[in-house]
Amino acid sequence: MRNLLSPFLWIILVVVGGIALIPILTGDASLREDLFLILMTVTLASSVNIIMGYTGYVNFGHIVFFGLGGYFAFFLMQNLQMNFVLAALIGGMGTCIVAVLLGIPVLRLRGAYFALATIGINEAMRTFVTNFDPFGGAVGMFFNYSTYDAYGGAKNALWFAYDAIVVVALLTITVSFLIKKSKFGLGLMAIREDQDAAQVLGIDPARAKVITYAISAFFPAITGAIFFFKNGIIEPNVAFDLLRSIESLVMVMLGGYGTVVGPIVGALVYERMSSLLITAPPITLLGVSVSFSQLHLAIAGVLLLLIVLFVTGGFVGWLRQRFPRVRRYLE
Amino acid sequence: MTQVNSAILTVDKVSKRFGGLLALDRVSLTVNEGQIFGIIGPNGAGKTTLFNVINGVYPPHEGRVAFRGEDITGMPPFKASQRGIARTHQVVKPLGELTVRENVTVGACFGRENLSLEKAAQVADEVMEFVGLIARKDLLASKLNVAQKKRLEMARALAARPRLLLLDEVLAGLNPNEVADMLTVIRKIRAQGVTIIMIEHLMHAVMNLSDRVFVLDYGAKIAEGTPQVISSDPRVIEAYLGDPKVAQRFLEGSA
Repeated sequence: MRNLLSPFLWIILVVVGGIALIPILTGDASLREDLFLILMTVTLASSVNIIMGYTGYVNFGHIVFFGLGGYFAFFLMQNLQMNFVLAALIGGMGTCIVAVLLGIPVLRLRGAYFALATIGINEAMRTFVTNFDPFGGAVGMFFNYSTYDAYGGAKNALWFAYDAIVVVALLTITVSFLIKKSKFGLGLMAIREDQDAAQVLGIDPARAKVITYAISAFFPAITGAIFFFKNGIIEPNVAFDLLRSIESLVMVMLGGYGTVVGPIVGALVYERMSSLLITAPPITLLGVSVSFSQLHLAIAGVLLLLIVLFVTGGFVGWLRQRFPRVRRYLE
Repeated sequence: MTQVNSAILTVDKVSKRFGGLLALDRVSLTVNEGQIFGIIGPNGAGKTTLFNVINGVYPPHEGRVAFRGEDITGMPPFKASQRGIARTHQVVKPLGELTVRENVTVGACFGRENLSLEKAAQVADEVMEFVGLIARKDLLASKLNVAQKKRLEMARALAARPRLLLLDEVLAGLNPNEVADMLTVIRKIRAQGVTIIMIEHLMHAVMNLSDRVFVLDYGAKIAEGTPQVISSDPRVIEAYLGDPKVAQRFLEGSA
């Protein structure tokens, strides 16, 4: 656990934690909402990077864990009046178990077949939940306003949700770093580079991949629990939104897949860009009103294309390649 | 089977079929501890398939493989590695986006001794020094040339501290200087007490290094013995070499 004392890790944690602390200190609710979204995307991108960047299994359906965790926790809170923290943890564990059960067959697939299967999992899960009455079916579930009383009212619950996402984001980054620097992580990267060679070198790929898949499922699950707790309403199309999944992949590629900081940088840049475009006022072009609200998706597509074609390592990968000396310090 | 006590590997009537092709046909062999055991045979004779059956890449259709008295037939490759069987690949498989040092560390980490990352890194440094890759340790493995990639295969296998090392054509594609370097390395490995099975096309190398030579053709054993016996075996010369000129070179190599 000497890696826990790594200055590199602490610099990231202090920077991210420091920024996250600003709204708590100033009480700025609007900044809090912005940062909530950013920290949530950082968590999603960092966690998908563990299976995609370290292990080489491109997971388009990462969001299925976000939705499942959200649904499990919501169900427990609404029907059993369970405390939020406990519900989120149980939701996270439950999602890990689902990930193990799904991972055992699906992780036998390689490359494009695995990627396609993950889309299938997400879509199947969405359809299942849409028709699953205990989870409210297509309408979903929503809280009574009184649910928040246990957390000091709705206003305080929003702050509570923010504190929770800060903790989860920092935890995800820490775990991502520890995996990267560990023997287990080295095994994952060996699997990414050449699974057959890794196996001959003494690594059990099936076991390593399933464990990794479960770890990468835990953090989005907790994030989903927090997100829907804060929203007070959960429905299938928001919980299992494939688009959000794909956006996470763009962030990982943008920042640098397989690195610790890459997904953080990618999430930050992408989230800022899309919120700027969404909130930009429509302009009138040749007498037609043009809105930017969906433009970030077009830009995301172009960005992804450019990265895949020219800078496969993303921003951090490019830095590491361009300046080999920073390699030792920049993970 | 007279030297059962010192046998490290026993392959007993192993067959492997790919569709209609019988790649291995009831092959049996025994390798004693500390030996260099050479395997020769024309292209497509089933030599690499034999390696793949020994370290568990393919399960055989019939027959048994025993390593140090334990039945390892059909055991997955990572378990074979943990028991002390390491191998190199004929078609090199570098972990391209990892550095040379990381590649070798993987071997040490997950091999027989199951070392921690710190200890494995030390072993990696020693092994890279040993095979002459230390100057390239921070390079990405994909940036190495062919000879260096072969050394990397060797280093990764050695870092696992194996009891048995399977070398699949480590000399192929090397120039004479590189071959000489590699032969020195192989002799040093044997001196450390590691048993070696080597597949090789370079006859002078096999004949000089091996204690025993095994000849495979069309998936079946056609001869086995000391290099002297093999090089004068008429069946080998006829079935395997065919060309009398090559046969002449073959004999010279063994002298």
